Amino acid sequence: MSEQLYNFGYLDENSKRMIRRALLKAVALPGYQVPFAGKEMPMPYGWGTGGVQLTASIIGKKDCLKVIDQGADDTTNAVSIRNFFKRVCDVETTEETGDATVIQTRHRIPEQALTENQIMVFQVPIPEPLRYIEPSETETRKMHALKEYGVMHVKLYEDIARHGEIATSYAYPAEVNGHYIMDPSPIPKFDNPKLDNSPTLMLFGAGREKRIYAVPPYTNVKSLDFEDYPFTPQTWTRKCDLCGSEHSYLDEIVTDDKGSRLWVCSDTDFCQKNQAKQEQSNV
Amino acid sequence: MYVAVKGGERAIENAHKLLDHLRRGDASVPELSCEQIKQQMPLAVSRVMAEGAMYDPDLAALALKQSAGDLVEAIFLVRAYRTTLPRFGYSIAIETSEMRVERRISATYKDLPGGQVLGPTFDYTHRLLDFKLAAESQLEAAPKTEEPVKAEPLARASEILFKEQLLKAEVDTEQTPTDLVQEPLQYPADRSARLQALARGDEGFLMSLGFSTQRGYSRNHPFAGEIRMGWVEVYVYSDELDMEICVGEIQVSECSMINQFAGDKNNPPQFTQGYGLAFGFNERKTMAMALVDRALRCDELDEPVESPAQNQEFVLSHCDTLDASGFVSHLKLPHYVDFQSELELIRNLRSRFSEEKDHE
Repeated sequence: MSEQLYNFGYLDENSKRMIRRALLKAVALPGYQVPFAGKEMPMPYGWGTGGVQLTASIIGKKDCLKVIDQGADDTTNAVSIRNFFKRVCDVETTEETGDATVIQTRHRIPEQALTENQIMVFQVPIPEPLRYIEPSETETRKMHALKEYGVMHVKLYEDIARHGEIATSYAYPAEVNGHYIMDPSPIPKFDNPKLDNSPTLMLFGAGREKRIYAVPPYTNVKSLDFEDYPFTPQTWTRKCDLCGSEHSYLDEIVTDDKGSRLWVCSDTDFCQKNQAKQEQSNV
Repeated sequence: MYVAVKGGERAIENAHKLLDHLRRGDASVPELSCEQIKQQMPLAVSRVMAEGAMYDPDLAALALKQSAGDLVEAIFLVRAYRTTLPRFGYSIAIETSEMRVERRISATYKDLPGGQVLGPTFDYTHRLLDFKLAAESQLEAAPKTEEPVKAEPLARASEILFKEQLLKAEVDTEQTPTDLVQEPLQYPADRSARLQALARGDEGFLMSLGFSTQRGYSRNHPFAGEIRMGWVEVYVYSDELDMEICVGEIQVSECSMINQFAGDKNNPPQFTQGYGLAFGFNERKTMAMALVDRALRCDELDEPVESPAQNQEFVLSHCDTLDASGFVSHLKLPHYVDFQSELELIRNLRSRFSEEKDHE
């Protein structure tokens, strides 16, 4: 196989070491965006190259990898990234959240509670939470250093003044360990509470932007809000139409052109396990 | 009953097979060889090498074949391959005044030492489709140059102005240049980092930015001081032998643009330079690069920053083909989780909106 011409994990050992050094710094400074010499990967920027570089740098032969996109293991890009690591590492892969030691994700955190023995790797498109307020990075780096986050609170306040609520539903900004505000990547705000005091190491990689940041285990992650307008994650009045779960993030599926809808768990592994449990209890 | 869409794996496999057929086209037509691409599409090969940031015409030709002629995709293939290669070290800076030139023109002097050499250029072709080429071309013998193009050093046109001190001196800071492969781009970026980013930046983007500076968005009217294309030797320094060794010859294009500068408190009125360099025969790219390089020197020359081409964060963060094409194309990926959250939000906002309207 021609893949054997590439190093374990595709990247050469020096590049991995460089990334791991940046990771150590990121863990030491929770929420701080560490610049790193990101590499071109054999998939396009924007398609998970940051996450792929992190996974490639931390994965070992004994690891078991799970890759999800939109919460699902079978979405095309999740399949593609999983196959990539099968080719260049030959590691075990799984769709079961509990079996994975490394979980690379785009846009979701699994429903099943994570453990200390797992590492989450997030694919990040824009690491800078202040970017859409202040496009210049020279400025935003200063703002982070000085903890000068007034503009962010003004933005949230303006949302409330205009719409009666904070009109951010995903990539909801959060304060990490009492200092840096971070973009938790475009996960729905539903998943934000899972970041707070999690036993799992959370790593964030932005390939094109060449930034790495981290939330170490058991770190405070506070979604921004106001005393009188507290942070509220999404809720549904419905249950999953497949497994009946009342506590999972639901995707809306359009089933015909007459307005029919199905609501189903976005986390496919969680949903299937639930369905299996019910079948067993029905027997 | 709805069943979640499965089979992403097989769909991907099939897509790859369909792509292979798209690339091959009608199988009754002879297949294109990499050697044919290398020989007969040298300008495409040049662009792939320049923006792919790897000098290897054979691999660039392979990438063009594999990408079915999609330049951005070919550049991507080369970049992704290059990133896996070990780094042995740095060569000694090439010396373009020692270039074996195939083309060399100056728009600032009617004649200059070494003369004007048109070489192979589209410049004065009438852009009339040559229907004879549609059949088979009959190639006339290449014209012989009267004197062989000088092998001895051919001073750059800018040297003439440097000597008169009319052109702002390029000072060697003696600092190790930034290496964007080893270090992330950080702002403010020094000129070495800027030139590297521009050298592999997207030609179309740089051309439009350069054009904007000419048209009025930063008041630059440059003169093409010199454009040259040809072959330069690459030397590396060997520690063991304690000497410089030539490891080969590469084709490069170079452009130096001469701009006015009114001077300020510390500097007398003088010309200033914008510089462009690229692998292969990439004339338009080097001209665009030189225009943008000059625009980005605004800080150093204390010029007001008032146009996009002068804003280094704007230019450098958006000039890379891979960065740009990747982020644009990622919109094709599923986003239904975030879209769902937006649906929920907008439904909430709308119901609040109509409640308020009802109260009025």
